[in-house]
Amino acid sequence: MNGDLLRGIVAAQRAGRDVVLATRLTDGAQELFALDPLVCEWVVAEEVAPARVARGKGSSRRDGAVLRGVENEAIAAVARAAAPRTIDTADGPVFLRPYLQPVHLIVIGAVHIAQALAPMATIAGLRVTVLDPREGFATPERFPGAALVREWPDRAMTSLVAGGRTAVVALTHDPKIDDPALMAALRSETFYIGALGSRKTQAARRERLAEAGFAEAELDRIHGPVGLPIGARTPEEIAVAVLAQVIGALRG
Amino acid sequence: MDPTNTNADPVLAQAVRWLDEGRRVALATVTRTWGSAPRRAGSHMAIAGNGDFEGSVSGGCIEGAVIQAALEVMEAGAPRTLEFGVTNEMAWEVGLACGGRVHLFVESVEPESRASGALVQRSG
Repeated sequence: MNGDLLRGIVAAQRAGRDVVLATRLTDGAQELFALDPLVCEWVVAEEVAPARVARGKGSSRRDGAVLRGVENEAIAAVARAAAPRTIDTADGPVFLRPYLQPVHLIVIGAVHIAQALAPMATIAGLRVTVLDPREGFATPERFPGAALVREWPDRAMTSLVAGGRTAVVALTHDPKIDDPALMAALRSETFYIGALGSRKTQAARRERLAEAGFAEAELDRIHGPVGLPIGARTPEEIAVAVLAQVIGALRG
Repeated sequence: MDPTNTNADPVLAQAVRWLDEGRRVALATVTRTWGSAPRRAGSHMAIAGNGDFEGSVSGGCIEGAVIQAALEVMEAGAPRTLEFGVTNEMAWEVGLACGGRVHLFVESVEPESRASGALVQRSG
């Protein structure tokens, strides 16, 4: 592998771009594909001939000629499935490895549970955004390293929940903040929605959301009471239960 | 997208740091698994020239053998595919006690730098 290719993958991840690395397993020839947002097609970002073969300055980087038989469709498929796959080409097996943006966990409410949940979820490999419009809650001192949004959810959520690999958990106990966030989540394709609160709170919320026009089946997407039933009591334990439920929804 | 996002794969990020420090680096990748293999396809382990490593390709059963293979690949240059299967308790070979089977691809990372001047100097 060419070091620049490796740097390219890391740089893409830091820039929030999805890439797919294609490696021919017989000789190590590689191409890095990136999604061209204009045409919605995977195009060759970098290509490298087999190790220690002259990388001819004359060859065009855009030809995609190093790996023949790697179809755009196959690359799109591994990106969609978020799982690598080996495909057969006339020149031998080619391993397609997607490097995608991590699953995004949006935490509504910069509360005590969120302070435990944000670092735990980060360790588990999730990207965390904490949203809370209230003064003094979503501060960098309370949430070192997390992305913080100090806006009302009805304004901020639409762009945050764009894309499928997103989980939303509402923790404020305040319908003024939780409800609009949950509504935005319900209108999106998030794979997990959770909301803190007792059964009584959940029933009241369900009624409010039903009045707002959501169908029963849609409201069933909300996990509440939130988290796996492990008898969690402290904010930290509840964070474990919530994170476990998110992972269960992702992998289960 | 998000300027505070530093979510690069920690294993690949470590490999880049080693490269930038001028150390030799190899990368091992799980390409396929069968049965109860502990690490999914796509999992990476980066190995430095002195045997330091980051990441994993199993639950710890085969990492030692993979480091050895990685050091050989750094010397030889050409990549290798490795296959590990179930450990036979009576046999001495390295394998997976969990009963799974994995295929790995081990490749050396060549320390090219974006400064093309360095390439010219080296070859000239």
